Amino acid sequence: MAERVFMKGCEAIAEAATRAGCRFFAGYPITPQNEIPEYFARRMPEVGGTFVQGESEVASVNMLYGAVATGIRAMSSSSSCGISLYSEGVSYMAAARCPAVYVNVQRGGPGIGAIQPAQQDYLQATKASGNGGFKMIVLAPSTVQECVDMTYEAFDLAERDENPVLVLTDGVMGTMMEPVILPPMKSDAEVAEIRAKQAHRAVIGHAIGDQHTCEPGGIGDGWEKHNIETAAMYNTWDKDVRVEEFMMDDAEIVLAAYGISARISKVIVKELRKEGIKAGLIRPITVSPFPYDTFAKLDPAKVKGILDVEMSIPAQMRFDIDHAICGRIPVKECLRSGGQLLTNDQVMAGARELIKEVL
Amino acid sequence: MERNLMIAGFGGQGVMTMGKLLAEATCEATDLNVSFFPSYGAAMRGGTANCFVVISDEEIGAPVSYALEDLVVMNGPSLHKFLPTLKAGGNLFINSTIVTDEITRDDVKVISAPVTQMALDINNPRALNVIMLGVYVGATDAVPADVIIKGIEHKFEKKPKLIQPNIDAFNMGLEIGKAQK
Amino acid sequence: MAEDMKKVYARTKAVKESGNSFCPGCMHSTVHKLIGEAAEELGMLDKLVRVEGVGCCGLGQLYVTHDWLIAAHGRAGAVATGVKRSSPDSLVYTYQGDGDLAAIGLAETMSAANRGENITVIFVNNGIYGMTGGQMAPTTLIGMKATTAPAGRNAEEHGYPMHVSEILNQLTAPKMIVRTAVDTPQNVMKTRKYIKKAFQNQIEGKGYSIVEIVTSCPTNWGLGPIESLDFLREKMFAEYPLGEFRMND
Repeated sequence: MAERVFMKGCEAIAEAATRAGCRFFAGYPITPQNEIPEYFARRMPEVGGTFVQGESEVASVNMLYGAVATGIRAMSSSSSCGISLYSEGVSYMAAARCPAVYVNVQRGGPGIGAIQPAQQDYLQATKASGNGGFKMIVLAPSTVQECVDMTYEAFDLAERDENPVLVLTDGVMGTMMEPVILPPMKSDAEVAEIRAKQAHRAVIGHAIGDQHTCEPGGIGDGWEKHNIETAAMYNTWDKDVRVEEFMMDDAEIVLAAYGISARISKVIVKELRKEGIKAGLIRPITVSPFPYDTFAKLDPAKVKGILDVEMSIPAQMRFDIDHAICGRIPVKECLRSGGQLLTNDQVMAGARELIKEVL
Repeated sequence: MERNLMIAGFGGQGVMTMGKLLAEATCEATDLNVSFFPSYGAAMRGGTANCFVVISDEEIGAPVSYALEDLVVMNGPSLHKFLPTLKAGGNLFINSTIVTDEITRDDVKVISAPVTQMALDINNPRALNVIMLGVYVGATDAVPADVIIKGIEHKFEKKPKLIQPNIDAFNMGLEIGKAQK
Repeated sequence: MAEDMKKVYARTKAVKESGNSFCPGCMHSTVHKLIGEAAEELGMLDKLVRVEGVGCCGLGQLYVTHDWLIAAHGRAGAVATGVKRSSPDSLVYTYQGDGDLAAIGLAETMSAANRGENITVIFVNNGIYGMTGGQMAPTTLIGMKATTAPAGRNAEEHGYPMHVSEILNQLTAPKMIVRTAVDTPQNVMKTRKYIKKAFQNQIEGKGYSIVEIVTSCPTNWGLGPIESLDFLREKMFAEYPLGEFRMND
């Protein structure tokens, strides 16, 4: 078995992508994700790949678009206000069915916000990462190990659907170091084979009569046919919903959280259980597609209250929880934002308040 | 059992290196869960720097805590800023060469060592952090001492000349820590 | 065909035989033909990738037979960077108008040139936004009317026409910078030669080449095709003199 190594989230993401066969990275400096482009700048030349520092986020995401159009595995990363500038390119890639992977290492917002970690891009990430109403699979790791595993897998998902995939993490996970076990390095032959499988859509020049194109929109006949096809693809994602349900069998108090907030909430659930309080955790692992059913099936006769734990003010994931719960169970919030980190104590205090009100 | 440590000081005192050495060595030589989280200001140099190390035999939640078991302060401003975050009964490690202010709490255990002066005395001024790591491990047994020794050997693999001086510095701190246990 | 007859000219295979619907007097179709001929002469038609800007330049997708992808408005320099770096054997060119290349895409244009990206840029400059209906461009002449400058461009409010080739000529990396036209048979031949040279540069790995082609837009200039040619030669060439700024070998 592979040995565990101690790695920073950002660097672990970059190494995982390299091992998955990513051979192109374009990005622009922004805290707290600089270690991702810096790692690629060192790593890509070692594996015959390309690193480009774009002149802006706008340029970087469009370089990504160009690279992915050739069939290569390519990636980019940025953080919050930089990700806003990705909207254009991401929307184009979604329209042109380009299997790009990108990472948002979230920081405080809105605006330039704060360089410190936050979870303030949830709605942007899950509902509208650009114009036009497209959808993406959005993976939300809550450990550095999951950052690795999800980045590695993101390329497969992207290529399966020919659609961009977003890894939504935050500045805590990006800068913290934890032990990880790295996935196997794909060999040059495997990387070539992966690329060869994308030959049907690769825009690299072909004989006349075998024209390949990359279309992010249509002239003349409109674009509805395309939208109907992508909508059908989104509808296959029920099988891709991933959620961790921790100690939920007899839970009366449910903490709901993703990413960094979820790992903190899990500790609190264990603490509460030690006190004899029946607490549980629902952790969406895919925040898109969201595990609505997991919330919808909660029995109000058993579950007395839900605590939505997020590093965002106002709450954002709450919209999805409310959508599934429809007012059947009281939902309270435990929030920090703007770069202020949630701690175990704060989540415990939030849980105790909810318990006082509903139990 | 989870143990939360914060190390705070000036940039340049090796605060991050100390935290990383402890955390990385723990990752490599034990089965424990461990996290390291650095906290920088927006500026690249100067000012204060601090980091968090959490060591646990269970899954780690927040890598940042303001209810600390252990606090290492390498300079005066860090003492004032972070002393309130130390739990009652927690361990306060003081770099007594620089931190001369009165400790305003009597519900914490104070372990002090003049690590800046000690490092100067052994002609290895940059080793103050490794000495302090020795003090910390000696006083808390957070991890066995040989975990750190192995960590030092690994960290300086490519600069073997630095291995023994750093082990010596660590052991020097270790004795002080044990004496104040 | 009689045995003693020699084929001296054939349509380029890079453009569909069905023709095009560009406005009367528009020069895009001529430029498309030249691109195809240049690539064909180099035997590179099957490697040709068109990175298309947005605007009338983006209508080319309807007429070309080789591979293409559409960049977001102004981003062709960045998209072509991604394509070329990931597929070095492809012959990659961007096809951009003045609004696309010199207004919204100025950062991508300058940066790709400054990196010396090994791509070919075909810049079609007619001094106006065509597809959106005649709005002012960075290259609109002083006094020239546009729907967003109804009294004509004036320097106090709008600044002066932007000279892209001259600006790029301040950078060290680009290998070839020329400004040309397709208004006469001589100029057509010259432009084909330039495009071929720009492609050759790329094939030989020399780096960035830009061919600026000063053209007309009869529809949005409000002139007939013949009058447009007069305006092109009298006014446009006066502001944008044709010539070779840089031809590094």
